Amino acid sequence: MRELNYANAIKEATDYCLAEDQSVLVIGLGAPDPKGIFGTTTGLQDKYGVDRVMDMPLAENGMTGVVIGASLNGFRPILTHQRVEFALLSIEQIVDQAAKWFYMNAGQQNVPIVIRLIIGRGWGQGAQHSQSLESWFAHIPGLKVVMPSNAHDAKGLLISSVEDNNPVIFIEHRWLHNTIDNVPSEGYRVPIGKARVARKGKDLTIVAHSYMVLEAIRCADILKIEGISIEVVDLRSIRPLDTDAILNSVKKTGRLVVADNGWVHFGVSAEIISLVTENIFEKLLSAPERIGMNDSPSPSTRSLTQYYYPKAKNIAEIVCRSLEKKLDLNVLFPEDNLPTDIPDPSFTGPF
Amino acid sequence: MNSTSQELFFSMLRIRMVEEKIAELYSEQEMRCPVHLSIGQEAIAVGVCEHLEREDIVMSAHRAHAHYLAKGGDLKSMIAELYGKETGCAMGKGGSMHLVDLNSGFFAAVPIVGSTIPIAVGVAWAFKLKKNSNIVTVFLGDGATEQGVFFESLDFASLKNVPILFVCENNFYSVYSQLGVRQAPGREISVLAKSHGIKSFTGDGNNIDQVSDLTKEAIKYIKSNKSPAFIELDTFRWLEHCGPNGDDELGYRKKGELDQWVKRDPINSYKSRMIKNHKLTEKEIIENIEVIRTEIDEAFKFAKVSPFPEKNLLNKHIYKD
Repeated sequence: MRELNYANAIKEATDYCLAEDQSVLVIGLGAPDPKGIFGTTTGLQDKYGVDRVMDMPLAENGMTGVVIGASLNGFRPILTHQRVEFALLSIEQIVDQAAKWFYMNAGQQNVPIVIRLIIGRGWGQGAQHSQSLESWFAHIPGLKVVMPSNAHDAKGLLISSVEDNNPVIFIEHRWLHNTIDNVPSEGYRVPIGKARVARKGKDLTIVAHSYMVLEAIRCADILKIEGISIEVVDLRSIRPLDTDAILNSVKKTGRLVVADNGWVHFGVSAEIISLVTENIFEKLLSAPERIGMNDSPSPSTRSLTQYYYPKAKNIAEIVCRSLEKKLDLNVLFPEDNLPTDIPDPSFTGPF
Repeated sequence: MNSTSQELFFSMLRIRMVEEKIAELYSEQEMRCPVHLSIGQEAIAVGVCEHLEREDIVMSAHRAHAHYLAKGGDLKSMIAELYGKETGCAMGKGGSMHLVDLNSGFFAAVPIVGSTIPIAVGVAWAFKLKKNSNIVTVFLGDGATEQGVFFESLDFASLKNVPILFVCENNFYSVYSQLGVRQAPGREISVLAKSHGIKSFTGDGNNIDQVSDLTKEAIKYIKSNKSPAFIELDTFRWLEHCGPNGDDELGYRKKGELDQWVKRDPINSYKSRMIKNHKLTEKEIIENIEVIRTEIDEAFKFAKVSPFPEKNLLNKHIYKD
């Protein structure tokens, strides 16, 4: 199988969409610059021209309106922001206009746009460059929210998002951009709204999304050696949520831990635990639990972020509690004592 | 479309009569959505839209009835929408603040002030990218020019030479807040557009001849220079911000201000000029009023007898397959 990293998978999906459909546009601050949104858009302007791949004014709300308008008149724009937070300037256009347009006009006009957002983490990103706000977007009927955790899904989900007839919020995690996976060179689709079982298991289900899938998998793989069989469900889409995949897994294992990529209160983990307790309460062998970001803004210094971001070991603590197992997790997860502001040595600051 | 002066007159009169009928029947409590009436401001809608092709697009904001009708929006669908009926232009899902008639090129109106401006720029930009010669007109008020997206839209429209006509209806009030408490002295709306490199015009929005002439010139400029244009027109809202009644007794407007503007009624002043110039007779007016009244009565009857949408429509149109 051919291997590719996540950032290049995004670029390859974008390239594919631009080639397949003349109506696809790429708009983003820095999209055509030498760094090309962390390498996800590099070279595309040379290939497709300044009218199809372009830079933009620092006007996130206005430009969201512009791409909505273009989508009403025959185009399929991909709008890209380098951080999730930049989209907060455009919440009005996203939530009031894009999400509701099709409903407000009773199905006469739809808004096929993709808004790519990137969650920052590490190297001192701080409070305004690191937020995982998928639950804000997922709260809104009319939006779709996807969060691929690996390069294969990133390519397939981006193609599905561009081809979707609705506004799709496509959230990447900066720490995933260098991760490598098997990525076919041809165009393919990963359906929106379908979760993936990343690890099969029978003792306990971990539901995770985006970067936390990697921590969940690491947790599952290490605990497997200790005889604990964990099923990891990678949500891939937050809205629509693959409720069947979650319920089927928990029905089988009877135990649930949600590893949230954002804050736990009022977020994705709250939704999933509600779903499970409302529907299959009688199948639960222990109380569902969750873990996510510390309930504070994200600090800049690595001396504090080590307590802010949960890791595989922290998930394992909950797993052991739920299964009433006693293990020496410091021995099992030695790498979790390393610095927490870089995902791996391939990342050097600044990013 | 180069309508005759008679057509312009009756188009304004028709819009006035439609809104007067809405105001008259609103107290029946059957049109259960907020309505923002354009009474007193009709000349702008009619004078601008007369120069638009059917394929040209119009977008507007909360006070959109006049724009919708002037662009050729279907009257029955509009009234049915106000009544929340399935036969409404948005099947009752939009109400007065979300009018739409794609057949006549009326794309949308939304009540978040300023929010249709960038969307309209995007629609117009798409025309340019497709090398289509149509244009987009977006109506906005003086309040919208205080929004950030206003400036963002002017910049992008100018940067990309987007074929759009911005029409600012300056009626000096946002709800009860006079321009002077919202905008700095010396701030000129048309100059804001000009400073973005956009060709700008100003005029009397209650004089349809002037509105029409300026629009003609602005559109000619847009098409020959492949650039946006901006027109700021002064006008005045006669009734309350939202609802069917007058509200001058609240005292938020200067005493006599409304009377001054009523004296400058765009419809009556045009009528006097037309009669004086022998372009219109009282008899023609009476005859046409009858025709318009019948059309309006039929529209209201249609709306009243139309069915409400069934429950199954609630969860329809959230996502497109």
